[in-house]
Amino acid sequence: MSQTLRRGPVSGTAVGRGAKRKPFLLDFYSTAVGKKYVMAITGIIGIGFVVSHMIGNLKVYIGTVTEGGQEVYDIDVYGEFLRDLLVPILPRTVFLWLLRGVLIGAVLLHIHAAYGLTVMNRKARPVKYQSARDYEVANFASRTMRWTGIIVALFIIWHLADLTWGWANPDFVRGEVYRNLDASLSRIPVAILYVVANIALGIHLFHGTWSLFQSMGWNNPKFNQWRKGAAAGVATLVVVGNCSFPIMVQAGVIEFDPTVTSVHELHEEAAE
Amino acid sequence: MSDKLTYITLKIWRQGGPDTPGQFEHHVIEEISEEASFLEMLDILNEQLIEAGKEAIVFDHDCREGICGTCSLMIDGKAHGPEKGTATCQLHMRKFSSGDTITVEPWRASAFPIIKDLMVDRAPLDRIVESGGFISAETGGAPDANLIPIPKPVADAAMDAAECIGCGACVAACPNGAANLFTGAKVTHLNLLPQGQAERYQRVEAMVETMDEYFGSCTNHGECEAACPKSISIDVIAVMNADYLKSKFKNRKKLSRT
Repeated sequence: MSQTLRRGPVSGTAVGRGAKRKPFLLDFYSTAVGKKYVMAITGIIGIGFVVSHMIGNLKVYIGTVTEGGQEVYDIDVYGEFLRDLLVPILPRTVFLWLLRGVLIGAVLLHIHAAYGLTVMNRKARPVKYQSARDYEVANFASRTMRWTGIIVALFIIWHLADLTWGWANPDFVRGEVYRNLDASLSRIPVAILYVVANIALGIHLFHGTWSLFQSMGWNNPKFNQWRKGAAAGVATLVVVGNCSFPIMVQAGVIEFDPTVTSVHELHEEAAE
Repeated sequence: MSDKLTYITLKIWRQGGPDTPGQFEHHVIEEISEEASFLEMLDILNEQLIEAGKEAIVFDHDCREGICGTCSLMIDGKAHGPEKGTATCQLHMRKFSSGDTITVEPWRASAFPIIKDLMVDRAPLDRIVESGGFISAETGGAPDANLIPIPKPVADAAMDAAECIGCGACVAACPNGAANLFTGAKVTHLNLLPQGQAERYQRVEAMVETMDEYFGSCTNHGECEAACPKSISIDVIAVMNADYLKSKFKNRKKLSRT
């Protein structure tokens, strides 16, 4: 507060203060605009993952396919395919781990930048307005980004424990995607959790997808009017796709049939 | 001829100085002309206060025609009050109704410390402009008018950004206390024009980094655009962001040579 009547020197020059700067990326990341670029780029990686994850999951609706004369679940075959990506070039699962590395890095950076920006924003207005604010255009999505972000982050941990590691899923069998999905989402509280978390994700994506255009400086009268629509489209696509799985498991459309050959058996047979 | 409003209750922030605690004070305006501007209403209230031997309410004002950027005030939770594209000085009492309670608060941001009552110090906006919000011109004979060709759409876009009067409503309205609309407007104004090209990337780099020292960050709510008395579009923020990234590459080369 003591800065009230103290005036800084009038520099009168556009040349930056001193030539000594941090290495390029750190220098860029140290400013709020730089952090927003990081938020946007890691956000694009996240959107890319979430959309492809949802499309991959749609394979549960294909049900079973015949492979090597045996009936197997198509999504189980897809799971194996992901582990076998670029296999003759790289050993099995290596490329998948590279992709996972990019994703984990993106999530960590997204959270770190969000934390740094939040601290900065809190400092920028230590004394709040003492009367009620009347927001004109800030919407529910934009004002709850921190909360929907935290919900999604916690959900990711649960989701991994449930369907990747299997800790939270008593009937878990590694590699049998269809079986695990049905076992997990047959539990009503879990199904509700997935729906709630995906709605939070959708709200986060709605503001995030629109917002990244601004943060990245992608502003052009040719496509500006499409930005909000694109954001709503991405959010709706992900929410409708992902929420359909718990609902369809509960409705009995997705139901595991134990007589279907597991992909492991299929591979063992193929090896013999 | 002109109608009058009666019994307006004002809930006004009073604060003795930068470091003293403040509180709301209630004042009742028995009768006020619809034609009075919001600031004239405060003038009338102040005359009453002075006559009653009380201290007048301190608030910023200057041109009172919406072009100087001196007036401020958070009126009923909105920067410059409920009228779109209007500064407080151009807000008239006819936009309110008899019996209304109007809440008036100063801008709140750590960069804008309260001097007294409703008056805040907006000097950090000057710090941003000093770091790059100008063009360096040689002195000498005045160049002929229209010597530098500027396409009409470019001139229009630069003019839209140049409308910024530096009132700080964007900072006040921003839930994060960010000054990106102000800085974006100043950067866009000069960076679009041919005269601004020589210092384009030093400008954006210096201004963005000066802004960082005082203000919060942009989360693209769009509240600034809604509050701006000149209705400057948040498009200017995207222009600033794009130029800031470019500056990091361009100025890098320049710095490596020194």
